[in-house]
Amino acid sequence: MTGEVENGRDDMVIDEPQAESMRINAVPDGFNPNYLKVYYGKLFPHADIFRWMSYGTDGKHPGCDQSFFGRREFSFTLDNDIYLRFQSFNSASDMENAIKEKCPFKIDIGPVYSVDPAKRHAYAQAGDNVFTPVERELVFDIDMTDYDDVRYCCSGADVCLDCWPLMTIAIKVLDASLRDDFGFNHILWVFSGRRGVHCWVCDAKARRLNNEQRAAVAEYFRVYKGNENSQKKVSLMGQALHPFLARSYTNVLKDFFERKLLSSQQLLSEERYEKILDMIPDEGITSELRGKWQDNRRSSMAKEDINVFRWDQLKHLLQSGKQKAPGVRRCVEEIVFSHAYPRIDMEVSKHMNHLLKAPFCVHPKTGRVCVPIDPDRCEEFDPTNVPTLSKLLGEINMGLRTEGDEWDATSLGQSVRYFRSSFLQPLLKSCKEEIESSFIAKKEQSRNSLTW
Amino acid sequence: MEIVRSQTKASGPGVIPTIPLYRCAPALEVRLEDFEVFAIDRLRVLKGISDGLSRGKKSDEMEKLVTHFWKSNMKHPISSEVTNKDIISHFVLRLVYCRTEEFRKWFLSIETTLFRYRFQLQTSDVQRALMAEFELPYKAVGNVEYEGLKDKLTQVARSIGQSLPSGNAVFYKVPFEEVPELVATRKVYIQKGHAYVAMNQVVSLVVTQFRSHLSKALVLTNRKWTSMIREKESDRLTPIVEALATSYLGPDYSQPKEFAEISLKDIDQVAKSSFPLCMRHLFEKLREDHHLKHGGRMQLGLFLKGVGLPLDDALVFWKSEFSRKVGTERFDKEYAYGIRHNYGKEGKRVDYTPYSCQKIISSTPGVGDHHGCPYRHFSEENLRAALGKMGVSSRALEDVIDKARNKHYQLACTLTFEAVHNSSCDAGVNHPNQYFSDSQSILKGG
Repeated sequence: MTGEVENGRDDMVIDEPQAESMRINAVPDGFNPNYLKVYYGKLFPHADIFRWMSYGTDGKHPGCDQSFFGRREFSFTLDNDIYLRFQSFNSASDMENAIKEKCPFKIDIGPVYSVDPAKRHAYAQAGDNVFTPVERELVFDIDMTDYDDVRYCCSGADVCLDCWPLMTIAIKVLDASLRDDFGFNHILWVFSGRRGVHCWVCDAKARRLNNEQRAAVAEYFRVYKGNENSQKKVSLMGQALHPFLARSYTNVLKDFFERKLLSSQQLLSEERYEKILDMIPDEGITSELRGKWQDNRRSSMAKEDINVFRWDQLKHLLQSGKQKAPGVRRCVEEIVFSHAYPRIDMEVSKHMNHLLKAPFCVHPKTGRVCVPIDPDRCEEFDPTNVPTLSKLLGEINMGLRTEGDEWDATSLGQSVRYFRSSFLQPLLKSCKEEIESSFIAKKEQSRNSLTW
Repeated sequence: MEIVRSQTKASGPGVIPTIPLYRCAPALEVRLEDFEVFAIDRLRVLKGISDGLSRGKKSDEMEKLVTHFWKSNMKHPISSEVTNKDIISHFVLRLVYCRTEEFRKWFLSIETTLFRYRFQLQTSDVQRALMAEFELPYKAVGNVEYEGLKDKLTQVARSIGQSLPSGNAVFYKVPFEEVPELVATRKVYIQKGHAYVAMNQVVSLVVTQFRSHLSKALVLTNRKWTSMIREKESDRLTPIVEALATSYLGPDYSQPKEFAEISLKDIDQVAKSSFPLCMRHLFEKLREDHHLKHGGRMQLGLFLKGVGLPLDDALVFWKSEFSRKVGTERFDKEYAYGIRHNYGKEGKRVDYTPYSCQKIISSTPGVGDHHGCPYRHFSEENLRAALGKMGVSSRALEDVIDKARNKHYQLACTLTFEAVHNSSCDAGVNHPNQYFSDSQSILKGG
């Protein structure tokens, strides 16, 4: 029995969107440094990245810290894995020229240091701790390979529309908590180019968290404790779920698990249901379910998906009034959490000086651009339909450009527009307000100290 | 804090019912002897806590341990002096441990732990008084807000298996970043950036304050130390402070135990069976290169003295190696003095003590040096090879590597001991000479 996904997106045939006309102007597939040069020359939104990384300090206000952008570490990965760390730039044109000239396969963004990272050696002699990270976005990295024990459609670097919902879940769960629990507003989600997503939390408060505080936020999100030798990877203790987990479960996890993952991953098919039964700590229940499922192998109703049907049976048994042990009642939630709850790469979030790939880079293996994802519409995001370098170059070659920016007429256009209007503009507005108010506060303070 | 040599009695401000927060150095007069003795007493407490933490003791065990160490070391015959001793010893050690990044980190972490457990042991009245003293700007959540959040707060309490908040429960509304440990373990309800901290959780709030205050203070003290105090006190406090930093508080290994006495003819055999890796490595390098640089000669030389190699034998031993490289004449001229010096036969005639693990771990071997602690100073690859040579089985080896990776160097050494001797070592390894004597008593006893 094949799992029918009632999902509008599935009608669309993947890899067909290129129209005939495109094919004529098509650029050979794949990634190549010459394409990249054109991409950096005509499409990469240098100015927007600069304005983002300046956080309003590039303005004319006397409260602007003009050294701010110049203390940010950028890191370039060139052809042949040549790695240039601690690059820094004094201006937008400085950065743009360096990118165009070096044509990096990958651009990573690091923290803002206390001093210009390119001159760190000069400060090293001055004594301890002069060169130290002082600001950095709170970042999260979610990679599909961390889900390899619960996805069966692909493994390793591959993703498809059957497993991508795991990323959609991660975005929904984390985005809601970052906003509602932690009170952050300026959050950017980015496709990592192949098999995962990155998240940049850019509120001033987030940028100034120390390592311990970053680790605390990351730990708050951690439910899954990986260990190859333990059967249960999610243990939900206590009489109740923490409000954050309870909310994630009812608003996101339960629905995605039952509506999508159960059938798309065939979680209760003949070959796989034992793994789920293993998570139930009650022999009586597991043998009862096993008995039912061995019998109804053939007789199951053709209309309903067998995974969904069996899940209902399992839930019915586990959550019926007869079950007293909390460990058994909690089991349904544990199964859902194990298969659907986000798994973040803790190390990336914990330290200020961890590097993360910049948005709008091109993934060298897939040729796909790391485009932003709108969390409010993340269900519509299709990783297999993200513009590739060759597609974009084809679009440029068609010469659709009328006036204005080159990217505007390409399929990158909507990504850049989203970045600007939904992320950058509100961010810069609040940065300006903060610069203004801290400037006034400082003036106030110095006036007071004078009278003293 | 005024330091005087005379016999003046410290003028205490009377009995304070709370525990001190060490916000600023008190205007007390301290006798020079007390300066050192108080500091050593407190150091024993801090060392005890540090050992407990590195052995991964749980929170309730730590509570007992802290109480025990505090009671047995921080008493004072005059009851009104107890608080003064607490304050003075803290500020002296602040001076001792402000001088390097590593010292500051250790001191900060252990003093904060100490404060946490002491705070928890106070009554809630005292806790409230301490919170007031910190001048925390947080207000208790008002009734209206509380009613609106009651369900969520109850849910959190149930999720961590705590009793439900009662009608008059007090919660504080604080920015989430002030209570990272409560956030990390999901022990608080968080909404729009604010964490709702229950009265029985305020310890983390206070600890965060304590830590950040002490952390800043240590940096400032260091600046004052380097710019002023070190110079000004060069013949009075500076030597005490510098000695305290490397002081070792375990049993004295400067006098060899009788059974431990070794003679030159068994030294190779004994090195193989009973030397800890740091000494074994130095010993092998000496045999191989017929030379060791100063740091290595000190570390190995004093250790050998501690295990009972008499001075005459030591001279023969070092000479037999060094002379092959530098010749007999140069050995007598340049190196023999140092060996006699170690044994207290030259110069200041101080009978030097063998290095403790702490001292070895905090040493900084440079190019061509072989001393230091292998668990800390070796690359993982080299450590693996060295352990393999000692005959550590591959399973135990992974555990050792894991401990070393997590910076538990003494635990790594303890595990090595246990693997090599196939016997447990409950006390842990704190001194190379202790490693040696424990090893010998197992080998000779069994």
